[in-house]
Amino acid sequence: MTPHHRPAREVAIVAFAQSHHRRRTDDLSEVEMVMPVLHDVLRQTGLKASDIGFTCSGSSDYLAGRAFSFTMALDGVGAWPPISESHVETDGAWALYEAWVKLLTGEADTALVYSYGKSSPGSVRDVLTRQLDPYYLAPLWPDSVALAALQAQALVDAGHTDENALAAIAERSRTDAAANPHAQLPGTRPQGEYVVRPLRTGDCPPIGDGVAAVVLAAGDLARELCERPAWIRGMDHRIEAHSLGVRDLTDSPSTRLAAERAGAFDLPHGLKGMGGAPAVDTAELHAPFTSQEVVLAKALGLDASVRINPSGGALAANPVMAAGLIRLGEAAARIHRGASDRALAHATSGPCLQQNLVAVLEGDPRA
Amino acid sequence: MTVTPPPEILHAPLVVEFPFTRSLGPVQSAFLTGLRERTVLGVRTDAGEVLVPPVEYDPATAAELRELVEVGATGTVTTWAWNPEPRAGQPLTTPFAWVLVRLDGADTALLHALDAPGPEAVRTGLRVRIRWAAERSGAITDIACFEPYESGTAAETVPHTGEFDDPVTGIVAPARLDYTYSPGRAQTRYLHALAERRTVGERCPSCAKVYVPPRGACPTCGVATTDQVEVGPRGTVTTYCIVNIKAKNLDIEVPYVYAHIALDGAGLALHGRIAGIPYDEVRMGLRVEPVWSEDGRYPDHYRPTGEPDADYDTYKELL
Ligand SMILES: [Zn+2]
Repeated sequence: MTPHHRPAREVAIVAFAQSHHRRRTDDLSEVEMVMPVLHDVLRQTGLKASDIGFTCSGSSDYLAGRAFSFTMALDGVGAWPPISESHVETDGAWALYEAWVKLLTGEADTALVYSYGKSSPGSVRDVLTRQLDPYYLAPLWPDSVALAALQAQALVDAGHTDENALAAIAERSRTDAAANPHAQLPGTRPQGEYVVRPLRTGDCPPIGDGVAAVVLAAGDLARELCERPAWIRGMDHRIEAHSLGVRDLTDSPSTRLAAERAGAFDLPHGLKGMGGAPAVDTAELHAPFTSQEVVLAKALGLDASVRINPSGGALAANPVMAAGLIRLGEAAARIHRGASDRALAHATSGPCLQQNLVAVLEGDPRA
Repeated sequence: MTVTPPPEILHAPLVVEFPFTRSLGPVQSAFLTGLRERTVLGVRTDAGEVLVPPVEYDPATAAELRELVEVGATGTVTTWAWNPEPRAGQPLTTPFAWVLVRLDGADTALLHALDAPGPEAVRTGLRVRIRWAAERSGAITDIACFEPYESGTAAETVPHTGEFDDPVTGIVAPARLDYTYSPGRAQTRYLHALAERRTVGERCPSCAKVYVPPRGACPTCGVATTDQVEVGPRGTVTTYCIVNIKAKNLDIEVPYVYAHIALDGAGLALHGRIAGIPYDEVRMGLRVEPVWSEDGRYPDHYRPTGEPDADYDTYKELL
């Protein structure tokens, strides 16, 4: 984002919380799963639910097979007396975007953003086929792994990666996840058999249930609530044509455009933007499949100087609808604790990276 | 208030099944009708590209597209993925390759299945042709799959009116998803208690309101409701309506009364059917009690207790 696009109001992620991600949570309803994470994120800021100016959530009824499931989860917020609230039927990263816009308008000074996915009641590979074009694709039931595998083969054919390189991404992610107490798959494991060739078990995300939440605050309030706020310097999201056959599956122009509009290719805040290589030290990329990290890293021009997915990424925990919000939360948390000064966070939705959101987060310069 | 160990987690199959009925626009109608007639149509963009499968609006410019052309039933694999374990609903029941195929004359690729003996028989660049389904109705599944077919490239496209006798104007896309429902801690306890013919709510530790059925949280306070409280069995009709339309698969004669019932001790009303009294004699304040289902696992309906009606002031907060 060039300086004349800079938001009029400073908004930051001031707190982040997430659940331990697990294969099943049969003992918990959705609200029972969400509530402890909401309490955790509010406790970090000292705010009560009644102090929050705007609440926005992300989830999908198709995961649990229940209509309007988000209204039940809303009980965990404390929605009476009436609150200012909204919901997106997609990953919570897009709920965060809506909350960010709300704060930029000045209509609220704080926002609670949360999202959750309970994939365990159904078969998420089959469930995700229902988001496809209903005329030409959905009747064939091509599952999420199959579509990612088509993209992976296109990358292999184009010479952008091979099975060993993909295995190395899996290995790095899950090794990093060993330091993440929330991860579902911490520590390295065998690549396993082909699920849909060329993707093996190790190239695919775990299926699981989980929750994430962040608190946003504007201006000086953010400084009061958090020692080192993660300022959102820019955020943008873009979508590509629905039909897979009209896209170049080895590239992600929507990610690149979103990153450009979010200011990822500018130099850090306060300096004159020069363009060129992304001036970030960390990138939390929402790449549920190893091959998708290859596409994203290429689209964003990330080189070896950028730490990719120190949390372990979606290969270590992929609660559908929360995994994108977790990328923003993990990037922010790294700034909060001083491990990063400028981070890029990315979220995706839809088959083969159809929709992409990019945010640039910055900490204040350190003395 | 009682503290009991968590009961066994309940599970039940939950099937979501729906026939989505969709209408087709002029381009999709022509394409799907064409498949029924073994004719593959694409649409030409202003830039001269041929999109197969066709769309009504240019994905790049959003311009309306109507110029239909016929393309070949042979084509080239642009990418593929070997599927060793076909899943329910997929085009083939034996291992197959997912393929994106650029049909001869087209500039974009169509997703479908390729019948091949194994992954070693598939490669990007492989020449393939459509294997038509024996019975065709005007749907993408009229293409049974692709099969390998070594041949030259015939790049010619032929203009096509898109007009057929008896065009397909809609499709029915059946969807079925299978789930295993588990109700979570609070509702599991509630259902276990019902099986013992007890109704158990949960009290909010913050505002003391008793929720029946409990959902695990107090929506006012946003905290877990942990203290169990037995309520009822008797209660008061707070409001009601008379149902005159018979729902499908429902074995209850209309008209019947559906009511909100505040069980004694509960902080809000629950839903239930009222029987054992003519439908036009049900009233606010009527005192009722549960009648358990034959297997005794839940209240089938509520019937009058014969007590005097409750005073309005005793339930006006629960409306
Ligand atoms: Zn309460």
